[in-house]
Amino acid sequence: MTHEIIEKYFRKEMMPHIFCPGCGHGVLMKDIACAIDRLDYDKDKICIVSGIGCSSRASGYMDFNTIHTTHGRAIAVATGIKMANPELKVVVITGDGDAAAIGGNHFIHAARRNMDLTVFVFNNNIYGMTGGQFSPTTPTNDYGTTAPYGNIDQEFDIADLAKYSGATFVARGTVYHVDKTIRLMERAMLHKGFSVVDCISNCPTYYGRKNKKGKAPEMIRWQQKNSIDSKAAEKLTQEQLGEKMIIGEIHHDNREEYTYKYQKIKDRFKEA
Amino acid sequence: MEKNRVLMQGNEACVEGALVAGMRFFAGYPITPSTEIAELAALRLPMVQGSFIQMEDEIASIAAIIGGSVAGVKSLTATSGPGFSLMQENLGYAAMTETPCVIVNVQRGGPSTGLPTSPSQGDVMQAKWGTHGDHPIIVISPSSVLETYHLIIRCFNLSEKYRIPVVFLMDESVGHMREGIELPNKDEIEILNRKLPDENNHGWLPYAASGDEMTPEIPPFGMGRKYHITGLVHDERGYPTSNTDKARTLITRLIDKIENNREDIITYEENVPEDARVAIVCFGGTGRSVKRAISKAKDENLEMGLFRLITIWPFPEDEIRELSQKVDHIIVAELNNGQIVNEVKRMANCNCKVHHLGKVDGTILMPDEIVNKAKEVLEHDA
Repeated sequence: MTHEIIEKYFRKEMMPHIFCPGCGHGVLMKDIACAIDRLDYDKDKICIVSGIGCSSRASGYMDFNTIHTTHGRAIAVATGIKMANPELKVVVITGDGDAAAIGGNHFIHAARRNMDLTVFVFNNNIYGMTGGQFSPTTPTNDYGTTAPYGNIDQEFDIADLAKYSGATFVARGTVYHVDKTIRLMERAMLHKGFSVVDCISNCPTYYGRKNKKGKAPEMIRWQQKNSIDSKAAEKLTQEQLGEKMIIGEIHHDNREEYTYKYQKIKDRFKEA
Repeated sequence: MEKNRVLMQGNEACVEGALVAGMRFFAGYPITPSTEIAELAALRLPMVQGSFIQMEDEIASIAAIIGGSVAGVKSLTATSGPGFSLMQENLGYAAMTETPCVIVNVQRGGPSTGLPTSPSQGDVMQAKWGTHGDHPIIVISPSSVLETYHLIIRCFNLSEKYRIPVVFLMDESVGHMREGIELPNKDEIEILNRKLPDENNHGWLPYAASGDEMTPEIPPFGMGRKYHITGLVHDERGYPTSNTDKARTLITRLIDKIENNREDIITYEENVPEDARVAIVCFGGTGRSVKRAISKAKDENLEMGLFRLITIWPFPEDEIRELSQKVDHIIVAELNNGQIVNEVKRMANCNCKVHHLGKVDGTILMPDEIVNKAKEVLEHDA
């Protein structure tokens, strides 16, 4: 199966990829390909748009219409692609810094508009490409090369940020939960509107090492042990839930999508 | 079809011309003195089955038009100084990825928030060098409402032909001026579209360039040719590389595709009487003051020549060198503290004296100021 997926959706001439040994991004990248494989999309109509950072290198390895843009601007470029040709399926691969720091404004406004984009945030709590600086999702008190005395910033919850900005499908997956994450990605892509999957990844090279989180297996095991499905979480009190990370579908509504609304304006001027 | 005489504002002419050129996507952010362009685009685009979106800032606006163009639609944004500053990074991205798009900058007085509703020509060097790294750019500046209409079409044509961002550098005074103009018949207008790869071209590579234009044939996303676009140095396949030969080849080609096609790209207006000892070099709205100054001077038996840049970048180097051999003095009239004057000095290379006549107070140069400057330089000679 994996072999088939790689044959079908990856650019072998671009291999080997640049992800470090143990990085979760490769798993997430394959999850996206598996999710696309389950959907009956024309490969030629899929665009993968990425920003800058480790996560955003994924676009180059995937055999679709792919564009590696500038830091933070993937969602803004994706918005232009979608507006110009709403028939295209536009998927954004971004990271925690790319989506929530430098691109935070584009993220919240695309959510507010409910633009039909699917955003996969490869969230590894660190700037990996530049060598381990704290990001908007680095937990308070954790360490990064620019937080040598511990991070005093409060972190963003990407799913909350998406939900409260107006995204109409929000979910969270992890590198550990492969099947669940593929299903969430599939549902996100099927959703007509701004959909976000906060994909919890692991960076053993920088975040893991700086914060004594162990190597990749320990970090991935942490994802297993410290997460709970949203449906199960509903039945628990805040106390019982503790520090557990909610995964699965987090938010869903059917607000009208932006290009659909814009098409209705265009239709007023269509000749009868 | 009958010719159509209309009263139109410069900013309006910009949108109407762009629509004729085939612009069907506009993304922008409100900013004085360019806002009318966004307003009219919002009104007009859905009428022709095009799309408008108001983005959250100017960074997003240029990013969105890059996306629109990658999807195959001729795309426009419009802004002024502060917004143009925000666009610089993606301007370089469009140059590097060879994504056609047109950016209108209706200049205001700067720096910073400056003089939002006053004319200025202070963004000439920023339009050339604002984004980092060596890169090609085409910059065009109109002096009237009718010229705005025609030149925005030219901006799109050059952008498509050379797959390059084109900056349309307007003055506040041109953008907000209303003039009666005769719109041309649409069938008299040449419209160019980007070249697409032949269906049977099986060895096609997205960033392999050929022909005099040295420009690749990159189809829109969704046309069945899957490929990669990146702002990283890339090979002919579009894949990132740090190979020194490939880096040099790419950057050199990007520069050369414009340098080698100067004749096709550069246009200007020149009128230098044989007995003129002084020529005025100018561009944009200042051209209007200069023309009035020239006719006023003529009444006083002072002959002056005119050289008005229409294409500012690439700079008409040979033409300015030739001009410097015809006259004793060149006065460069521009609404800034001295930007084009240094380019003129570089090309004049001591063939004649080069003087600067600038203004940075938010007002235009008056014809009398230009005539007086000409008299002053001639008196100094005597």
